[in-house]
Amino acid sequence: MTVLPRSARSAGRHVLCLVIVAVVLYPLVWLAFASVKPPDEILSRLALLPTRFVFDGYTKGWEGAADVGFGRFFLNSFLVAGLSVVANVLSCSLAAYAFARLNFRFRGALFAFMITTLMLPYHVTLIPQYVIFQQAGLVNTFVPLILPKLLATEAFFVFLIVQFMRGIPRELDEAAIIDGCSVYRTFWHVVLPLSKPALVTTSIFTFIWTWNDFFTQMVYLNDTEKFTVPLGLRLFVDTSSESNFGAMFAMSALALVPIVLFFLAFQRLLVEGVSTSGLKG
Amino acid sequence: MTTVRTPDPPVAPKAARVPGSPDRPAGRRRKSQPEAFAFLTPWLLGAVALTIGPMVVSLYLSFTDYDLFTSPKWVGFGNFAHMFTDDDRYLQSVKVTLVYVLVSVPLKLTVSLLVAMLLNTRRGGSGFYRAAFYAPSLLGASVAAALVWRALFMGGGPVNEVLAFFGWHTPSWVDDPQFSLASIVLLGVWQFGAPMVIFLAGLKQIPAELHEAAAIDGAGAFRRFRHITLPMLSPVIFFNLVMEAIHAFQAFTPAFVIGGGRGGPADADLFYTLYLFEVGFQDFRMGYASAMAWVLLAVIAIVTAIVFRTAKLWVFYDDAGERR
Repeated sequence: MTVLPRSARSAGRHVLCLVIVAVVLYPLVWLAFASVKPPDEILSRLALLPTRFVFDGYTKGWEGAADVGFGRFFLNSFLVAGLSVVANVLSCSLAAYAFARLNFRFRGALFAFMITTLMLPYHVTLIPQYVIFQQAGLVNTFVPLILPKLLATEAFFVFLIVQFMRGIPRELDEAAIIDGCSVYRTFWHVVLPLSKPALVTTSIFTFIWTWNDFFTQMVYLNDTEKFTVPLGLRLFVDTSSESNFGAMFAMSALALVPIVLFFLAFQRLLVEGVSTSGLKG
Repeated sequence: MTTVRTPDPPVAPKAARVPGSPDRPAGRRRKSQPEAFAFLTPWLLGAVALTIGPMVVSLYLSFTDYDLFTSPKWVGFGNFAHMFTDDDRYLQSVKVTLVYVLVSVPLKLTVSLLVAMLLNTRRGGSGFYRAAFYAPSLLGASVAAALVWRALFMGGGPVNEVLAFFGWHTPSWVDDPQFSLASIVLLGVWQFGAPMVIFLAGLKQIPAELHEAAAIDGAGAFRRFRHITLPMLSPVIFFNLVMEAIHAFQAFTPAFVIGGGRGGPADADLFYTLYLFEVGFQDFRMGYASAMAWVLLAVIAIVTAIVFRTAKLWVFYDDAGERR
């Protein structure tokens, strides 16, 4: 076997990596350009760059459907995702503190149960949950999308925060207790501030996952008024006529913008979060 | 000011396996703190009202006919019998999902491991690549990404054109029963970044001395991979395998979008969850949908159990059960 000089091998590695980057990012770049191409060019011309830039897709797509503009869908998505973030951070950190720091009966069993729910397919609870919300007259509201998060059903995040809190030196909260702090104040003033990195990771992933969520939102939201971005995009699923392509790709591109921004702002934290907790992206 | 150390870089799989062992040494059992239940209340409410309760109810519903508006009618094992003897679309959805899991998971893990090894150099500088490869894992689950995918693989789309350039003339992937599922598999593989990042963290934990010693003893790159990297990484492979398989069984959005909302050409994209959605929320056969959900749970549980059982044979724990 010939041994290449280190610099040649390193260069080869970079070339290979750049090729993979090109393949991996191609669909996104393609989308960005497709959204400003004249509709008849989107599929027929292989070149990424359009012959002329057209923004009709954006203006047409923004009109939305059934007199509800796409802006409304964005607003709804931001509302659902924002409230989900608050609900998850609050409820998961409370539960996590109990599991990481407090003593109570059945702690081991309850923790094991929580871990088990990580692997539970959502579908086994879906239909009874739907029946509950339907009986309560809450279908077609955002409550079924947010209430479960307020009740810490996303075990992933409880687990993530537990793992983080276990890494915080116990001396810190024990000192607070000795100084006369109640358990509640210790949680609020000592442990919670120290857990900030885990809470930030939780917030970002909750936002992105809720933003992308399609199944739950499709199950619970029927009125166009209540539609979120994925449901707005769903309206394009049936269309295959080229005339709608412009609007479809313009709105798809816009739908990805918040995630891309989050990713650019927090990419280090996101990647670290995945590698230390085994979170699924 | 004390700096807080970050949580043990907890080689993910091991962390996942540690049950709720208190951080205190055993033997010195502290008394229960009543405040604990104040902290646990939301979670307990959720566990009872949104997890355990609904599970019991859906188990009951799976033995009934239920349309949401009239009360459930007991049918015994009728739903399950119907599934396996009388419902061709159900069997089709099982087939499609199994093929998807069996092809996409190994493919995705292989790609992610290879790329992770490519990025794992001692001299760093791979942060940009790591981030770029990870991006699709965040974007890929969305409806928007699936719409893009559908266009890329349509007749006359970029994929067709590029393959034709190399002399392979393919039909419109999304409209062809043979190719449609393949395009969904590729959408899954595109999101290789998440397991890759976990592999990369695992690779960094392998002591360089092992490779150096083996190299001095004359082991080539392939033998070092086979006898050092793979065994040392096996807990991480195990973790990724379990997580990816569980997720693949539940894939929905790409199948819905690429299959045009109806299961694709000749039901080639009729994923299990897609059929469950149709049965439950378009036909309102909620008893049957519950039965399907329980079969899904059973299959996931069995597959996970098999992976865990065989883990003894191929997963190697360096520290022999001792926690760092």
